[in-house]
Amino acid sequence: MAGAGGGGCPAGGNDLQWCFSQVKGAVDEDVAEADVISTVEFSHSGDLLATGDKGGRVVIFQREQENKSRPHSRGEYNVYSTFQSHEPEFDYLKSLEIEEKINKIRWLPQQGAARFLLSTNDKTIKLWKISERDKRAEGYNLKDEDGRLRDPLRITALRVPILKPMDLMVEASPRRIFANAHTYHINSISVNSDHETYLSADDLRINLWHLEITDRSFNIVDIKPANMEELTEVITAAEFHPHQCNVLVYSSSKGTIRLCDMRSSALCDRHSKFFEEPEDPSSRSFFSEIISSVSDVKFSHSGRYMMTRDYLSVKVWDLNMESRPVETHQVHEYLRSKLCSLYENDCIFDKFECCWNGSDSAIMTGSYNNFFRMFDRTTWRDVTLEASRENSKPRASLKPRRVCAGGKRKKDEVSVDSLDFSKKILHTAWHPVENIIAVAATNNLYIFQDKAN
Amino acid sequence: MSQKQEEENPAEETGEEKQDTQEKEGMLPERAEEAKLKAKYPSLGQKPGGSDFLMKRLQKGVRGTISSEPKGALGMRSVEQKYFDSGDYNMAKAKMKNKQLPSAGPDKNLVTGDHIPTPQDLPQRKSSLVTSKLAG
Repeated sequence: MAGAGGGGCPAGGNDLQWCFSQVKGAVDEDVAEADVISTVEFSHSGDLLATGDKGGRVVIFQREQENKSRPHSRGEYNVYSTFQSHEPEFDYLKSLEIEEKINKIRWLPQQGAARFLLSTNDKTIKLWKISERDKRAEGYNLKDEDGRLRDPLRITALRVPILKPMDLMVEASPRRIFANAHTYHINSISVNSDHETYLSADDLRINLWHLEITDRSFNIVDIKPANMEELTEVITAAEFHPHQCNVLVYSSSKGTIRLCDMRSSALCDRHSKFFEEPEDPSSRSFFSEIISSVSDVKFSHSGRYMMTRDYLSVKVWDLNMESRPVETHQVHEYLRSKLCSLYENDCIFDKFECCWNGSDSAIMTGSYNNFFRMFDRTTWRDVTLEASRENSKPRASLKPRRVCAGGKRKKDEVSVDSLDFSKKILHTAWHPVENIIAVAATNNLYIFQDKAN
Repeated sequence: MSQKQEEENPAEETGEEKQDTQEKEGMLPERAEEAKLKAKYPSLGQKPGGSDFLMKRLQKGVRGTISSEPKGALGMRSVEQKYFDSGDYNMAKAKMKNKQLPSAGPDKNLVTGDHIPTPQDLPQRKSSLVTSKLAG
């Protein structure tokens, strides 16, 4: 079992040393609600990094081409495009406010020059096309260079417009809007490996869409009971298998994961596999179910494993074994004796995400006090690091942090009672190939890289 | 052995099965926290996963009055949904024409129909047309 407080050894294969690379966002003390980052996602090649925020905006960063004269300098991520993806809405029929907060962004695999991503709020999913324009046509016949129409009587000769280079312009345009398919709040979207379909999941239902078709979707999972009084659990996350286009998983608020095979029936209410760790009934408390709720589920890149995040731990499951996880990593076990106050201040309901590195040898997830945790699955070492502007000199190494659960606090340790629970790292992302990570700390985005590169 | 358990763990119930020491220490904090919570909110139900609490989660975003009851298991306070009825609103406005419009006071636990929302009551619709500071 991995330790709870974090050790002094760096995590990741081959003794990685994480260093500060960049930080984006304002340094304000007062953070505007709209600026809180709500999702972070690398593209499939890792050259683009997208963030979504509570204000419904998407900002995309692009990695600069490496400088050949300085082969050891790492490519930095700079702003590539930014646009307003979703606006606040009001459903008058149900007296429901629809937040513009971007819940998830998922990239489509690149197929041409343009890039595509799906972004979703609670109710509506949008397909955005991001394209570059670096040429402009000049020498039109019917209009002059300012765009004003020329007097047709004055045109005496025809010319062929020529393409001239211009400053790069990146345009984002909504190509599809997938609306009105969810009664409850969308928590997940996942692009299928067939590159044609994707799923969207809300609290009680999962829908299957075709990327080209916006006026209908298929409902593939429906756990809404006939009598809402009998409701006992909700869907918390869902994802398609990375290689098998017929397989998807969804997690629940009761800590269970169901794997469904779309070949077995059109409506996947009956699972093919049911993953649940047996619980000791005598250790059950009021908090048991709440802290067992799975906030995120992610397949490994290999497709052989999946990882789930509940309030206090991260678990790795072998898809071939439903009875229990193959690994359990404690994220912040010292919080178990603080559950009462965490319930009162709502923190017990925080939804942390988790992610794999490109080779599936390490996993990462966030915690409080702007701490985040990394677990190396091969060396079984773990480390706690902090996203802080205090340690933001270029290429400054990150020092491992320790939390003191009780008793005498050693020098450099942080005591549990002095943790800042308003500084939560819910969203993190790992570059698909390299050791580069993006960590969202409220309204700031930190990028860290491995020194060795 | 069970006696020793009672001495060491006053927060736990009597008559429990014999447990491994390590498990006992892991369980103790959670049970102690549960006792703390129940002391503060005696009306909390036994089963946190009940349908009431999940229903409140599903109701996120519903506009209305927030009850002062303790939260359910999924963190939602129950919301009494208020509906805007344009007919009621216009009738109330017509009645008020000769008097001053009621000022937008704090919401009370009122039944729908007694309190007619006015445009001043409605929460401000914000729109984020400002560019994100991440892009700055």
